[in-house]
Amino acid sequence: MPRSALTGTRIRARRTASGLRQADLARMVGVSPSYLNLIEHNRRNVAPDLLHKLAGALGIAPEDLLEGGESAVMEAARAAAAWVTAHGGDGAAPAPDAPELERIEEFLGRFPGWAMVVAAMQRRVEELERVVEQLSDRMAHDPYLPAALHEIVSAVTSVQSTAAILADGEDIAPEWRRKFHANMLADSVRLADGAEALVNYLDASNTRETGLAAPQEEVEAWLAARDYHIPEIEAQAPVDLRALVAAQVEIASDAARSLALRWLTRFRADARAMPLEPMLAAVAEHGVAPARLSRQFGVPLDRVFRRLAVLPPGQGLPALGLVLCDGSGTLTFRRPVEGFALPRFGGACPLWPLYQALLRPLQPIHAQLVTSARIAQQFEVFAYASNVAETRFDAPAVIEAGMLLVPASLRTQTAGAARAPLRVGPSCRICPEAGCPARREPSILARVGDGNAGQGGTGAAAASMRSEG
Amino acid sequence: MGKRVLVIEDEANISEAIRFILSRDGWEVEIHPDGTDAASVVTACPPSLVILDVMLPGRSGFDILRSLREAEPTRAVPVLMLTAKGQAADRELAARFGATRFMTKPFANADLLAAVRDLAVT
Repeated sequence: MPRSALTGTRIRARRTASGLRQADLARMVGVSPSYLNLIEHNRRNVAPDLLHKLAGALGIAPEDLLEGGESAVMEAARAAAAWVTAHGGDGAAPAPDAPELERIEEFLGRFPGWAMVVAAMQRRVEELERVVEQLSDRMAHDPYLPAALHEIVSAVTSVQSTAAILADGEDIAPEWRRKFHANMLADSVRLADGAEALVNYLDASNTRETGLAAPQEEVEAWLAARDYHIPEIEAQAPVDLRALVAAQVEIASDAARSLALRWLTRFRADARAMPLEPMLAAVAEHGVAPARLSRQFGVPLDRVFRRLAVLPPGQGLPALGLVLCDGSGTLTFRRPVEGFALPRFGGACPLWPLYQALLRPLQPIHAQLVTSARIAQQFEVFAYASNVAETRFDAPAVIEAGMLLVPASLRTQTAGAARAPLRVGPSCRICPEAGCPARREPSILARVGDGNAGQGGTGAAAASMRSEG
Repeated sequence: MGKRVLVIEDEANISEAIRFILSRDGWEVEIHPDGTDAASVVTACPPSLVILDVMLPGRSGFDILRSLREAEPTRAVPVLMLTAKGQAADRELAARFGATRFMTKPFANADLLAAVRDLAVT
């Protein structure tokens, strides 16, 4: 029986109808409350084992949580009843009596038309809840929306203050009046552009999404919850990676499990080539020095990048960022680091050394970056690309590029530090760099042209990027 | 100390409007658009009041505020935080770092003027 995007809604409805708190049910089935919350809001798939545990804890058959387990109308009516029971009405009117769940079949039989209305309203509420959750999620994780909203609020503030000055009736010198009119015009244009860009952005993403995370996001969320370190892969003894993945209830979809297995296989191979203890000792002695580590362990740079990015947190190790992309430039792995925004959707900044490496496979790149954000952050960056497919005649190369991000405060190598850092953004939409030759679409930030022009150009890229010696 | 207000704000049109509103009320207004050296500008000549934006190029307003509160010459200078981000978390952060008051954008000119009159140490 299929597990639909609404399985989580059914779980939530049955839980609230049972009077169980989310934390209680989570504890009963051995997952964290936050993870159960994601499931109940249809943002994570439910693995079969977990589904059985949940059904057992709720005292129902697993099929009752699946699509088709009961009629859609009854299911929706039950969900509506559960919501009212849990929330006690709309707050304005007195709390209604508890719905007579034991008579739900009678209700459906006697008043099929009204039952359809209840079901339709319930489905609409769930749809809207999911839209709100998706937008909230974007607000929290997508760097675009906060930047766009900041831009709009700034323009509104300027327009409002200036208009109030002009409107308050006091004498204003003609030169000030002219200036304020010009400012208002400029800010109005900026406001209109920003609002249009925001609407287009929201329109473009206003598809009927299932609410389920993409497989890559599912795997990245799982890794993030573990601080990007999987202790099991460090063991010297053989490890059943397939069983390890199957045991992770957070990775529920087949696609995500397949992806997780691929990453764990690579991480495991990296760990065997660079065992934990010698690796930690080497990093403690030399710092984050990929070339030195590559020579010491006799492994290629891409493997060193991955290994550095999944070392255990703490123990004096810095938090590093890692981005990998395939030959199309699509980001295939993101380990974020504070201060360096990684786009969740669409392409990244074409000036990233990641893409320069993609253009020059096997040529290591070492660069200093500064972000174009309002609060600029500096990073030391290592990038490298190689063919990850078997080398054969008449077969296409499968190039993968990687970029390791080291916060500048942790910089361990002095080479390249004297050059002006390359200014890069997260993606064109929220990058304020004026005159950037790599720009592929206008920025929603109107602050272009305020003195940064040219710093993001290819000249700057050439000046601040060099091959690692 | 006089009636001097230092506005640390990178949006030129907003700081221009603030300058006009306060100048008309008899305040001497100085504008500083960059966060990087803002703390040293305040330290060099502490004003009656600092109007401090949160989102600044170079250094965040919270960071600047913390520096001001840690240095003896600027510990007591009133700081009015101004930001487009009005979330509770920002207010809490501003209060924790020692902001005298927190005001969100967009603001009413009269409210801003009232806050300056109320907070400035002249």
